[in-house]
Amino acid sequence: MDYFLTEEQKMIVELTRKIAREKITPVVAHHDETEEFPWDIMKLLAEADLFGVYIPQEYGGLGGGVFELSLVTEELSKVCGGIAICYAATALGTYPILLFGNEEQKKKYLPQLAKGVRLAAFALTEPNAGSDAAGIQTLAKKEGEHYILNGTKQWITNGGEAEVYTVIAMTDRARGARGATAFILEKGMDGFDFGKKEKKMGIRASATRELIFTDCKVEASRILGKEGIGFLVAMKTFDASRPGVAAQALGIAHGALDDAVKYSRQRVQFGKPISSFQAIQHILADMATQVEAARALIYATARMIDKGVKDIARESAMSKLFASDVAMKVTTDAVQVFGGYGYMREYPVEKRMRDAKITQIYEGTNQIQRNVIALNLIKEAAKGK
Amino acid sequence: MDIIVCIKQVPDTASLHTLKINPKTNTLMRDTAPAIINPFDENAIEEGIRLKEKYAGEVTVLSMGPPQVEKALRDALAMGADNAILLSDRSFAGADTLATSYTLAEAIKKIGKFDLILFGKQAIDGDTAQVGPGVAECLGLPQITYVRKIEIENGKLRAERTLEDSFELVEAELPAVITVTKEINTPRYPSLKGIMKSKKAQITIWSLKEMSIDSDRVGLEGSSTQVIRIFTPEMRLKGEILQGTSEDVVDTLINKLRERKVL
Repeated sequence: MDYFLTEEQKMIVELTRKIAREKITPVVAHHDETEEFPWDIMKLLAEADLFGVYIPQEYGGLGGGVFELSLVTEELSKVCGGIAICYAATALGTYPILLFGNEEQKKKYLPQLAKGVRLAAFALTEPNAGSDAAGIQTLAKKEGEHYILNGTKQWITNGGEAEVYTVIAMTDRARGARGATAFILEKGMDGFDFGKKEKKMGIRASATRELIFTDCKVEASRILGKEGIGFLVAMKTFDASRPGVAAQALGIAHGALDDAVKYSRQRVQFGKPISSFQAIQHILADMATQVEAARALIYATARMIDKGVKDIARESAMSKLFASDVAMKVTTDAVQVFGGYGYMREYPVEKRMRDAKITQIYEGTNQIQRNVIALNLIKEAAKGK
Repeated sequence: MDIIVCIKQVPDTASLHTLKINPKTNTLMRDTAPAIINPFDENAIEEGIRLKEKYAGEVTVLSMGPPQVEKALRDALAMGADNAILLSDRSFAGADTLATSYTLAEAIKKIGKFDLILFGKQAIDGDTAQVGPGVAECLGLPQITYVRKIEIENGKLRAERTLEDSFELVEAELPAVITVTKEINTPRYPSLKGIMKSKKAQITIWSLKEMSIDSDRVGLEGSSTQVIRIFTPEMRLKGEILQGTSEDVVDTLINKLRERKVL
């Protein structure tokens, strides 16, 4: 399907695809096996300016938006969903600064993040606060001109590897959801440590760690927006970043589809390539149709966001929900097409299936996405639209 | 430190299966394979850019060929070269290595200002490895071929020249001509900003007229060699299968190898 990309977008896709094929393909299995963070690849992506595609030119970026970010994430994910998320998680950590940072904060952080010389991360989740984000317990207590942070963030993608962190903490517990505040923190600050690196089912190239704050002293100038709007920062960030996760899911699914089509033409059973059997053909046809539908939804949503439409929560949630469910289905079907070989680590599809699962869980579980979508529907109906 | 890098656009041999030779004209059917920068020339461009980054100056990429070679020059600009010149004229067509060397050397004289001229060790289509040395001869400059490392100190050049089982350390005065191997570096990917800049960049095109050179010495007319025929050698797949017990087979094999003086 032709999505009529601009010349610039085509260039971005072409360059990302080239780097992914030539440099990422040979190391996919290595990073999956060793769980080593792909710094070499991050450096290559940085040198190619890919970290800046969604950042305005005045801050050293290329001036694109969510669509460009999604295109890069999709291309990387076609080859490795794990390496792709190291890239995309930096965008997740950068969006709060882009959306809520003051001029000084933007000037300080965005050029480095656009260049990819520093990675970023976003920290909301805690051991006892996942889907129920309002339950976070990390406390930022005001003391004079400073805040003292105490608490633990859990499962933070790029944790330990990134240098810039957007952290949501409670400044006023009594006010509940209106008592949260977003801070920009940096690796190396006193009282800011990392927990153990988690061992994961999939996206094993990416690093997932705890952030531990022990009397971490933070200047008031590190607040994003103002005190009390932490959850707004988080929700608006997710609205902008969900198409990115959707694009990761899309890339994983597309990679699995390509693998399955290729394999079905090589594998011979009953004297014929299995691609000649309708049972296989129909699986492939369904996979392709779902992948394309996911792509159309993501691209349309990303374009909508980039055009400046304000209320995007529903579409953003829909693209993440749909694309990640497609990724799980399509990768599972790809394993089926490969049969026994598909279950073996020597072949690429079982990894894609492991990688796909997380996309149904993080950046809001798909159950939460459905809540967002339904809430929107009901609100709209109530308004009599 | 001003550097000229001479590059050639070649068919991508990675897609060799799509390559075809026109049986009538005995030439490569170039539209059957994607065109790329000759891989060794990419190393030359990379080395030029690295030297520029270290010692300042400008990198000019130079190529001869039909208008579509502009694409290769733009790719070089995207990597970080500063200027690009294309020598393009109907009368340049059909040049052998002698005519090509002459034409490139004349263009280099016209550019005038340079400290180093870089080439890839050879092109993957013709594989002659003659044009670099040819240009050095035309210009009367020192040449070092098959170079895997370049160092410059106090205006003096020191290069490691790859030999079959060792290397030679060669010193030369600048300006000089160097041809490089793949070992010398890993060519960088272009950056997005580089690509965008290269799309808008002006590529200088010089024809025979602009170069005011001897028309008898360029193109087919200026060539001292002529390709009579190019053909794909027939694949010899016939082999002999030995049968019997392992011991018998091994003995027969050794005898046969002795007969053919392989052993």
